[in-house]
Amino acid sequence: MKSVADLKEGEKGVISAFLDNKLALKLLEMGCLPGTEVKLDHKAPLGCPYCISVSEDYQLSLRKSEALTILID
Amino acid sequence: MIVALIGNPNCGKSSLFNHLTGLRQKIGNFPGVTVDKKVGFCKISDGSDIQVIDLPGTYSLYPNSLDEQVVLEVLTNQNHSDYPDLAVIVVDSSNLKRNLLLFEEVNDLGIPTVLALNMLDVANEIGVSINTPKLEKLLGIPVVEVNAREGIGLEGLKLTIFRALEKKQVHQNLELVSEEMKPAVKQIKEKFSLKTDYAALHYLTQTDKLSFLGQNDQRFLEDIATDLKLDADGFQAKEVMDRYRDIGQTLSQVVEIESEKHNSLTLTQKIDNVLIHRFWGYVIFLGILFLIFQSVFTLANYPMDLIDGGIASLNDFLKSILPESKITDLLTDGLIAGIGGVVIFIPQIAFLFAFISILEESGYMARVVVLMDKLIRRFGMSGKSVVPLISSMACAVPAIMSARTIGNWKDRLITIMVTPLMSCSARLPIYTILIALVVPDDKLFGLFGFQGLALMGLYLLGFFSALIGGWFLKKILKTNERTFFVMELPTYKKPRWKQVGFTILEKVKTFVFEAGKVIVAISIILWVLASYGPGEGFSKAEERVAAQNIGLSSDELEPKIAAEKLQNSYAGLFGKFIEPAIKPLGYDWKIGIALITSFAAREVFVGTISTIYSIGADDADDSTIKSRLKNEINPETGEPVFSVATSYSLLIFYVFAMMCMSTIAVVYRETKSWKWPIIQLVYMSALAYVSAFAVYWFLK
Repeated sequence: MKSVADLKEGEKGVISAFLDNKLALKLLEMGCLPGTEVKLDHKAPLGCPYCISVSEDYQLSLRKSEALTILID
Repeated sequence: MIVALIGNPNCGKSSLFNHLTGLRQKIGNFPGVTVDKKVGFCKISDGSDIQVIDLPGTYSLYPNSLDEQVVLEVLTNQNHSDYPDLAVIVVDSSNLKRNLLLFEEVNDLGIPTVLALNMLDVANEIGVSINTPKLEKLLGIPVVEVNAREGIGLEGLKLTIFRALEKKQVHQNLELVSEEMKPAVKQIKEKFSLKTDYAALHYLTQTDKLSFLGQNDQRFLEDIATDLKLDADGFQAKEVMDRYRDIGQTLSQVVEIESEKHNSLTLTQKIDNVLIHRFWGYVIFLGILFLIFQSVFTLANYPMDLIDGGIASLNDFLKSILPESKITDLLTDGLIAGIGGVVIFIPQIAFLFAFISILEESGYMARVVVLMDKLIRRFGMSGKSVVPLISSMACAVPAIMSARTIGNWKDRLITIMVTPLMSCSARLPIYTILIALVVPDDKLFGLFGFQGLALMGLYLLGFFSALIGGWFLKKILKTNERTFFVMELPTYKKPRWKQVGFTILEKVKTFVFEAGKVIVAISIILWVLASYGPGEGFSKAEERVAAQNIGLSSDELEPKIAAEKLQNSYAGLFGKFIEPAIKPLGYDWKIGIALITSFAAREVFVGTISTIYSIGADDADDSTIKSRLKNEINPETGEPVFSVATSYSLLIFYVFAMMCMSTIAVVYRETKSWKWPIIQLVYMSALAYVSAFAVYWFLK
């Protein structure tokens, strides 16, 4: 199973599920619903955190450990 | 009438607040918590004044931090003194879907609502157009277009607010209560006389977040939740998904997107290629920091000198026109000198916050958080700690308050505990004068002044000790709380200068009134302690000095009398009392007095030292203080008091010592217990004592 953490810079994916319920709640209210397209824009210089754009509308920053819990197709 | 401004972070809510209220605003606290409350007044269309409250930005009514919890508590507690008569929901039109989530939630609480569509220009640029009249019809509440950046559409908004207050409209969105929950919801709604089922649902699912409820009420609600076998997280997830589906249906009828234009992020992503580049990212960040320091320390000097001179001449003027008396002394040497000690820091604080708010306004600060997160995480903090750490170079008080944005309690606590180790502007006068005493005014490679390098060294020492302190606390503190780093990265924007101006004004006001109170009070107490003393030692000082120094003119006698009096004053006796404890650090009883007085606030140190070494207010410029200190001889050893060892020992002492009442007070307020400020005081004092001791004996 692929997660957001497996994306390469510039690569896209579509959210399929969340592994962490509490984090899912936070992401849901920020507009990351299952079925939303996300793109990995940048990794910070030391490999973490990540900057992702959500349906080309806005950018979020999250840690690698958090990215691992967002599964994508 | 109370109108609350509510919206997501970065939706332009604060600029709208500034436009509506102008300078008629004040900062207070919400009852019981330390979250800043911004309140202002605004004339609406019928000429009456309404109270406008700027609530903290949030994505939903389910809070993840203290700031966000305030929004929930104000909006669900009908007896709250800030409970609004009307909510104006400010939304970023370029991101309408996500912004409407909060709108629906607030609306469902039964609070009359107006929707303000902001940033339509940004939406148009990326090819999003919105049919406002149709949206208004579908939502069933008033919708207005505003441009908070430019201040356009304000009259329309005020008119809408006026009308909405006359005829309050509420629109119910979704049916969220399932059959088995209905009796419980009805029971809660009746018990707390709530307006809607949705408000009752928040009482049920977020009981622990509603601190205004008494213990009995909390237990009552918890019992209901247990009976229902309530799955609060599941409920919340379903609610959010349902709402997004509902919003999606509404928006499909009113929003049109030109797809070829639609990528709002292109420019921001290009800038990010440089600003979070693995090499240039750090180079640029360090460059910006360097620039900030240079300007804070060089540019701020000019207005500071002016203020210093102004206060001194005001004092001279008052002394010359007022009769010589204790009251005059109290006014000039006590009160005005004390106020001067506050006012002098305004330029530095203004400059620092000008830069910080430009960095925040432009969207760069969020990138700094990204750049620093992994580095700083090793030391028990998060990238979000960077803002408090940088701010504390001006003053630890606002810095500690800004740590509220850190959702994780452990990260926040560690940040609060180590922030005072960063050298604040109050240490600067002490550093300046002691460095001038012991560091030669030469240049390394003819370029970098040694004195400047020494100053930078002290700042770095503070910074690294903050990191090490964080690392220790990380090992010691245990927590099982879970919070997240996830945050929105705002797009890059041109800073709005008006907004920057407001921030500066706000921070300076907070400093002057919060820290100022303490500093002025301490200055007056110090003046009393130094001007009075017990018994004959003090009262006969004048005669004794006159008898010992026959033949001196009264001008020459005066400083000797002042010194003799000080030695026998209450302050002098305190200094002598603690002398045995500070002797190992290389200090005498006079420095002891300054240590005691500066315990309240470090900036008092230089003032006290200059009083103690009997330097009159009229020639109190640095060079005379400096030469006096240099010439001061210890009567027992015959050595200079401010030897290299003693001066460095003092410098190191002030890097580490927690000498600031305001900081102690603010840490108490922010952690809501005396435990943390006391631990902080003890560990920092011990660190200061041990390091100063080591430095003294090493250099001696």
